[in-house]
Amino acid sequence: MTLTLPSASPTAAPLQPQGWLRYLSFSTDHKVIGLQYLVCGFLFYLVGGALAGAIRTELLTPISDFLPRETYNEVLTLHGTVMIFLWIVPVVNGAFGNYLIPFYVGARDMAFPRLNAVAFWLIPPAGLLLISSYFIASAAQSGWTAYPPLSLTTPATGQIIWILSVLLLGGSSIFGGINFIATILKLRRPGLKLMQLPMYCWAMLGTSILVVLSTPVLAGTLVLLSFDIIAHTGFFNPSLGGNAVVYQHLFWFYSHPAVYIMVLPAFGLVSEILPVHARKPLFGYTTMVYSILGIVFLGLIVWAHHMFTSGTPPWMRLFFTIATSFIAVPTGIKFFNWLATLWGGKIALNSAMLFSCGFILNFVFGGITGVALAQVPFDIHVHDTYFVVGHFHYIVYGGTVFVIFASIYHWYPKVTGRLMNEPLGQLHFLLTFVGFNLCFAPQHWMGLNGMPRRVAEYDPQFELINQVSSVGALLMAISTLPFLVNVVLSAFRGEPAGDNPWKALTPEWLTTSPPPVENWHGEPPLVHEPYGYGVEPGSLSLAATSGREIWAVGDPERKP
Amino acid sequence: MRIPAAILTLLTGMALVLTGLWVGQNINLLPEDASLNAPVYDELFKVLFSIGTILLLGIAGLIVYSLVRFRRVSGDAGDGVAIEGNLPLEILWTAVPAVVVLFVGIYSYDIYDRMGGMAPLNDHSMHAMHSEASDSRTWAGISPVAQGADGDAAPLPIDVTAMQFAFIFHYPQAGITTGELHVPVGQPVALTMKANDVIHAFWVPQFRLKQDVIPGQPTLLSFTATRPGRYPIVCAELCGPYHGGMRSTVIVEEPQTFADWVAQNSPAASPEAPTAVQS
Repeated sequence: MTLTLPSASPTAAPLQPQGWLRYLSFSTDHKVIGLQYLVCGFLFYLVGGALAGAIRTELLTPISDFLPRETYNEVLTLHGTVMIFLWIVPVVNGAFGNYLIPFYVGARDMAFPRLNAVAFWLIPPAGLLLISSYFIASAAQSGWTAYPPLSLTTPATGQIIWILSVLLLGGSSIFGGINFIATILKLRRPGLKLMQLPMYCWAMLGTSILVVLSTPVLAGTLVLLSFDIIAHTGFFNPSLGGNAVVYQHLFWFYSHPAVYIMVLPAFGLVSEILPVHARKPLFGYTTMVYSILGIVFLGLIVWAHHMFTSGTPPWMRLFFTIATSFIAVPTGIKFFNWLATLWGGKIALNSAMLFSCGFILNFVFGGITGVALAQVPFDIHVHDTYFVVGHFHYIVYGGTVFVIFASIYHWYPKVTGRLMNEPLGQLHFLLTFVGFNLCFAPQHWMGLNGMPRRVAEYDPQFELINQVSSVGALLMAISTLPFLVNVVLSAFRGEPAGDNPWKALTPEWLTTSPPPVENWHGEPPLVHEPYGYGVEPGSLSLAATSGREIWAVGDPERKP
Repeated sequence: MRIPAAILTLLTGMALVLTGLWVGQNINLLPEDASLNAPVYDELFKVLFSIGTILLLGIAGLIVYSLVRFRRVSGDAGDGVAIEGNLPLEILWTAVPAVVVLFVGIYSYDIYDRMGGMAPLNDHSMHAMHSEASDSRTWAGISPVAQGADGDAAPLPIDVTAMQFAFIFHYPQAGITTGELHVPVGQPVALTMKANDVIHAFWVPQFRLKQDVIPGQPTLLSFTATRPGRYPIVCAELCGPYHGGMRSTVIVEEPQTFADWVAQNSPAASPEAPTAVQS
């Protein structure tokens, strides 16, 4: 793509603010928008984390003694909604997608730059609206799932504000999805084939298809729910002849794919990070692409596994069990491919790599409990318990949030031109990994033994384990401090990184760091092999070989 | 002379499988079992726990081994080996999980069938005495068919009403209404559950059973208690501010004790009440 810019007179004042003010403006630069998503999402992450802290404080004791009961339900509703709709979905899609996708396809911006800016600027008002509902009246109290009839009987103002803000965020998500699909399919640099794109493009293509297909269903459902609340219609209200289970079907038709909307981009980001730091090509590119498409397809037909106890007919339970279990197959392919990518590499044990490997471990754990949960008889016991809470956080925190941190360590030098501090990063990883597992692993046991989710008071036999879990949560909160210090200090004092500190081959590294406004000063590079790392099997660099390895090359039996 | 890698891999794999099997069989994460289908559930749990342990340990081991064995030595700026893929390997690790998942799916189907979950929806022969149970909107959670197979006793019908924030149990045959569920050991119990306000869920962890109680849509749940004792009934679906406090108790009693309890509390047995007071 070539652009002919009008030769503006050098004295004309730019219409857009320059410098740091750009980040508070309606900028159409995809890199600015990406960073706006990231910083805005992180601020909401701190809010959501504080809410999680309130929950874990309440659960230190078996009685409800820290928050009023209504407030506790508001807090858990806000925690879920903020973390999902304002932190993970915007950051893992909007932030990294906007920053990286135009680079990856060789474009100078997204397909619809203004739509892109609109999509971002829907988020801060929607988020503030959601949080302000707590102060205006009372926030929604029916959980992030907002099941009727509970959501019809809790205070209406908070529930309506919740619906409004989720609708705005869903709209933002759809705008973003359309933009990504258009950019990936239509703005590729001539000569760049689909099967030559970096894996994150495929992940975002799959994610965006899910967003565009399923988010409108959620929007429609929430509009009907708001009619039930405001106009006293009876779509989901059993006392007016409605059906409460229909809402659950419609809700999960979006909200199960939403899990893939949160993890597929993370899969893509990890596929970018691992080859660079292991100095090896991404193993099995083609199967990785097809497994993403497989996950997208299967992700759309598994929603009712959230409803095994809701009075679903047996054939439906059987179908959704099998479909859900089979998601393990394409997901497994991806994990084995990552392991094979690491195998035989020259792995740099830096923060980005550590967080990526932490992600693999956590997600495998969450995946195993997920396959167990897919089995109807297993699920009937642990559905709606802390087992599910543990499983879900292993997927979204242990999975996606670990990848978000890995990505920040990986792309920070691209964005700022400076490296982050490595020891602080490793401390951050250690605290996060230990804290996370301490917080969520014991919750599986609590669920199996009888602690339901979303409770402020519980059986005293779980007190000690809950306190352990809360200590883990405290560690996770503390782990944010070295990260924040690192991000701020490195921006000013970090070691200069040069343009390409990781010697990476993907196109975003083939420009200056930070990149110029239209990404490249000259023509965009045409990268046919984004993962072309590695030496031919059998050849060795003489500078870095030991005598034993040279012997081994000559002796096929003794290859190390 | 080094031991060939293939043999080491084989031994590691065998150790891994044995560890997984041992963990699955010997580490108990579940509460006491107190219903006919709880041991069936625990069987499934052990199998899943073993498979999960093998997978998790295997993958964790591979990652840690890779990170140590293939870590970059300082001063080495070279690349790893340029292997871009291996089709037979890809087919292998597609096929193996597919087979495992299929096995788990079929096995859990079998377990569910043994629990009575796959009974046809409108097969309410055991609930024929309830007129409302023939409502086509009545959906079974775990049906009594399979469980009633070995027991000769007719199921004991109990109506459950869930409301914010309590369970009310009504024994239509004896006319008892109570806040605690009394059931005899060894006799199938058929719960017909309805909710007055919002969705609740009836859960007894020791029975490994849970069923949502949905307004406007009666649900059925059947079980046979096997172990006398007091077990918690927990509401598992967020139902409002006092959701965490919405608990009750199921008291599993020997048939004679249960019969005594029915006799003492049944309104029909009221003439006996004065004698009980006198004695």
